[in-house]
Amino acid sequence: MAVNRDEIFKKVQGVLVDALGVDEEEVSSDSTLMGDLGAESIDFLDIVFRLEKAFAIKIPREELFPIENLMNNPQYVKDGKMTAAGLAEIKAKMPHTNLSEFEKDPNINKLGDLFTVNSIVNYIESKLKS
Amino acid sequence: MRWIWIDKFVEFESGKRAAAVKNITLAEEHLHDHFPGFPVMPETLIIEGMAQTAGILVGEAKKFEEKVILAKIRKAVFFDFVVPGDTIRLEAAIETISPEAASTTGKIFCGAKIIAEIDLMFSHIDRNIAGKEFPEENFVFTDTFKSLMRSLSLKE
Repeated sequence: MAVNRDEIFKKVQGVLVDALGVDEEEVSSDSTLMGDLGAESIDFLDIVFRLEKAFAIKIPREELFPIENLMNNPQYVKDGKMTAAGLAEIKAKMPHTNLSEFEKDPNINKLGDLFTVNSIVNYIESKLKS
Repeated sequence: MRWIWIDKFVEFESGKRAAAVKNITLAEEHLHDHFPGFPVMPETLIIEGMAQTAGILVGEAKKFEEKVILAKIRKAVFFDFVVPGDTIRLEAAIETISPEAASTTGKIFCGAKIIAEIDLMFSHIDRNIAGKEFPEENFVFTDTFKSLMRSLSLKE
């Protein structure tokens, strides 16, 4: 079934409005979940549950928001920055995410900014195609 | 005062849904302050009652092996007051359950009248807060909560 990007965005927007208690206008494709929309850790699970329901798909843990395990691995994080190995791992694990900005300054405090509305839409789009 | 905001379970379908009842009485001291001359059950405690109903449902689904804590109130809408003399019925259902968390939906009735709709999210904390150590014993599901299950004559 072909679903176009606008339809996916609309549904993702609805999910975020319900999960985060934000207004529809606040959710644009480049909004970051944590910085702009105020998501906290439990909200990520809530978002995953709601996306699974809205799109009737299964989202394995660590697929949409996979950073938790990366952060705790000394091979990937050194002196508060992501190492080259860490960056490679993120690239492999998060193909739905735009990493160009993060690569310039891979400070782990900025990892949260990687989770944007757009990255969710990309993920869902690839999931529905497969 | 004991922190239990349901009196007993009246229905329990493991891993799916449960219903509990609570009788509200003027012997509950806080009702005299909330509010003087106008006693109504605080909505926060109604949410806690739903959290206990749904939380035990979620805990039982994993045989009480997980430490289940209330992580998020996804929705809480109230339609009417609950006053002394009322018996409320709290109905909870599991919407999603995964190794690390669960979401539930719930409705509360007084007779046929709807009182509230409360959707919650629970975390299995040992699986969510990496690196933090919690006590071995399950401090969430203590004997007091398990006694509620006994009223249903379910096995512990």
